[in-house]
Amino acid sequence: MIKVIVGRLLQLIPVLGIILTLTFFMSKVVPGGPFSAERQATPEVIAKLNAYYGLDRPLWEQYLTYLGNVVRFNFGPSYTYQSESVNEVIARAFPISLQIGTLAFCIALIIGVTAGVVAAANKNKLWDYFPMSLSMLGICLPTFVLGPILALVFGLVLKLAPVSGWYGLNYVPFHPMIMPAVTLGLFYAAYIARLTRGGMLDILSQDFIRTARAKGVPDHEILLKHALRGGLLPVVAFLGPAFAGLISGSFVVEKVFNVPGLGQEFIKSVFNRDYPLILGTVAFFGTLIVLFNLVSDIVQALLDPKSRK
Amino acid sequence: MLGFSRNDMKKLIALVALLIIGGLVLFGVGHTNSTKEGYSLTLQEANKNKILLLTVGSEPRTLDPQQAQGVTEHHIIMAMIEGLVAPSIDDQSKAVPGMADHWEHNDDYSVWTFHIGENRKWSNGDPVTAEDFVFSYKRMLTASFGAQYSENLFILKGAEDYYRGKITDFEQVGVKALDDHTLRIELVGPTPYLLSLVQHDSWLPVNPKAVLSFGKIDTRDSKWTSAENFVANGPFKMKSWRPNDVIEVVRNPLYWDAGNVKLNGINFYSIENSNTGERAFQAGQLHKTDQVPLDKVPYYRRRHPDLIRIDPYEGVYFYRINVARKPLDNPKVRLALNLAVDRDAIVKNILREDQRPATGYTPPGMGDYQPLNKIAYDPERARQLLAEAGYPHGKGFPKFTIHFNTVESHRAIAEAIQQMWKEELNIDVSLENQEWKVYLDTQNSKNYDLSRSGWIGDFMDPVTFLSMWTTGNGNNNTNWGNPKFDAFIEQAARTGDPQARLDILHRAEDLFLSEPPVVLVYWYTNAYLLEPSVQNWNPLVLGNHNYKYIDLKAEREPAK
Repeated sequence: MIKVIVGRLLQLIPVLGIILTLTFFMSKVVPGGPFSAERQATPEVIAKLNAYYGLDRPLWEQYLTYLGNVVRFNFGPSYTYQSESVNEVIARAFPISLQIGTLAFCIALIIGVTAGVVAAANKNKLWDYFPMSLSMLGICLPTFVLGPILALVFGLVLKLAPVSGWYGLNYVPFHPMIMPAVTLGLFYAAYIARLTRGGMLDILSQDFIRTARAKGVPDHEILLKHALRGGLLPVVAFLGPAFAGLISGSFVVEKVFNVPGLGQEFIKSVFNRDYPLILGTVAFFGTLIVLFNLVSDIVQALLDPKSRK
Repeated sequence: MLGFSRNDMKKLIALVALLIIGGLVLFGVGHTNSTKEGYSLTLQEANKNKILLLTVGSEPRTLDPQQAQGVTEHHIIMAMIEGLVAPSIDDQSKAVPGMADHWEHNDDYSVWTFHIGENRKWSNGDPVTAEDFVFSYKRMLTASFGAQYSENLFILKGAEDYYRGKITDFEQVGVKALDDHTLRIELVGPTPYLLSLVQHDSWLPVNPKAVLSFGKIDTRDSKWTSAENFVANGPFKMKSWRPNDVIEVVRNPLYWDAGNVKLNGINFYSIENSNTGERAFQAGQLHKTDQVPLDKVPYYRRRHPDLIRIDPYEGVYFYRINVARKPLDNPKVRLALNLAVDRDAIVKNILREDQRPATGYTPPGMGDYQPLNKIAYDPERARQLLAEAGYPHGKGFPKFTIHFNTVESHRAIAEAIQQMWKEELNIDVSLENQEWKVYLDTQNSKNYDLSRSGWIGDFMDPVTFLSMWTTGNGNNNTNWGNPKFDAFIEQAARTGDPQARLDILHRAEDLFLSEPPVVLVYWYTNAYLLEPSVQNWNPLVLGNHNYKYIDLKAEREPAK
């Protein structure tokens, strides 16, 4: 097992290499530069700025310098945040997205799995249709609709949560992370519910369940002890990338609730042609995806008796 | 496939559980750590403690005045850095003493002497000297520093030569410290609007010690602007800077006029999304927003006229016309396009924020300069001009494209104009939107037919609008040029008599609009939400508020 994990981790190096190389050249191909603005600086000034940041050198030279810096974990200065380095931007923004993402993940998991199991156990009855319609609604309702609705209800009407901001808004009972986490969590919960239901129904139709039934095992035991483990397999495959996505932040949710997380840095860096920040966040996001795919593979192996020797 | 023993599995499950619990603890810590500070105040507490809570839009890119480019940056820097003179409480064309106590100029406004007050201090205790200004202007004009606005200082004698390396001795540039408290500024020509100009970021001083302790004179992006290191000379100084959330400034006790500063602090929140800003205002998290979502304007006007404010703002919305492309090279065609736009309808039905239809390029409110009333809705004459240009009833007129950056209101305006031209002139126009930086690239490389544009004035003089249209100017981007126009602008720069100067600029603009390389649309306004407890927030066309005048009225106790 250790061997497999180490092997997968080593794969990270070529994967990141390819991601960074592609991103590097793609970001340079896109029209527009970091220093263009509605009020044009003179071409001389732009030239000076390009020289200052080494953007006037040949592309291959920039690329090699860049790779050299990446090996030393130095992603360079951010052009958008003129007094911060890319590392500093990630270091301050990621903890916020991590907190929101982890809470959203727990919410998604608890609500999603519960709804999925309830629906599977009551196939084609009221308690199947009800949670499944809700989850369909959840999938169709984008976060930029759900977020403002939650903000209106819990922020403006009930006055339980702040509608904007992050630091120390402690005159409202809810921590600023709760609303963004619920918004994100409900969206993912909808997917998880449908995946759980599908997985459970698949398992419940198998022979060993019928055997268990015939032996007189009570329903709830069949459901939770025998079916759930296998039923969750498709969910787990989804969870790895989902968790990586959740903790790296969501641009929309962070904008709606004005939360200073990593998701908006990722998107804004592209808007601003902030090359170092684009590459830094892409590398970071790539690492998370690879890592949590690995984690979800491990958990899948744990749950699936067929893969156990 | 991976293989596991039962033992492995238990350990892993424990690990996962531990991670989840750890995460939850993290939240708890996050919450209990937040102590009651300025940024966590309710509106009532903020009023009582005199802390102004406002948003200035997006996150500032820098707080170094010499690297700043945008209005967002400017509005925050204004609280902490004061220039030679400062904005008055209610009239943008007047200036009040700032670092300079008093000043005088020669007859033709080309040599100015500023007397820096004895009691002017930086927040680190250093006195503010004339040398500090000389250092600051030298930094702006150091080419390797790459200040985007260095051109603003080219009106100093010798400045352009120094910038381009033709002279290397800064002594030869027209800015001198005669002694610690006397600054002499020599300009290339008469500049009656200098007092307005020196309030712009590019003319603000920086503390040399602070800058040099984090690098050389041309080091960009250094740490001197961080909350711990920032050295201020204005009414407020920085307390904290949490990127993408809030910048807190607090009263600067060493400010020369500290006795007249009403507020104890200001929190500048960065809220980019106007809907989020509006909700934060509703929830009592803000005294003032920086804008109002377009679709909420009618609601506030009807239901809460006491909360919405719509001030004139010194800006113009227009389309650049690429005059190198046929048939847009024909001035009659360009004029026809202008006359066929019903600006009133656009302002009333689409924008709804009391914008004024632009009848000239320079907006009203620029001191003694009267805006031109040259472009009006006249479809009859437009058709006639188009026929004269060889396209009666739009026959044979090639299809062209309006190019704009991806924003809903830009599309709405473009669609309206598209329809007007179709109906009035029988001309077919297509629309094309592009992402911001791509759009800028397209516009700067003049790879367009018509391109949406806007221009905000930097200071109180029509030159801030007109000088961009000289031949080959970096902001012209239309391929338009007229030697007569260039001559007017140059003549104005040499004219000392203020009224004569404005007359010349008037003629320049008249010429510009007789063969317009632009389609005029409207003059800006600035709509925002403001709590009635905020005092002295007067309408100012540049929107530059001197924060020392702003006050907060503690609300009365609600009746029981």
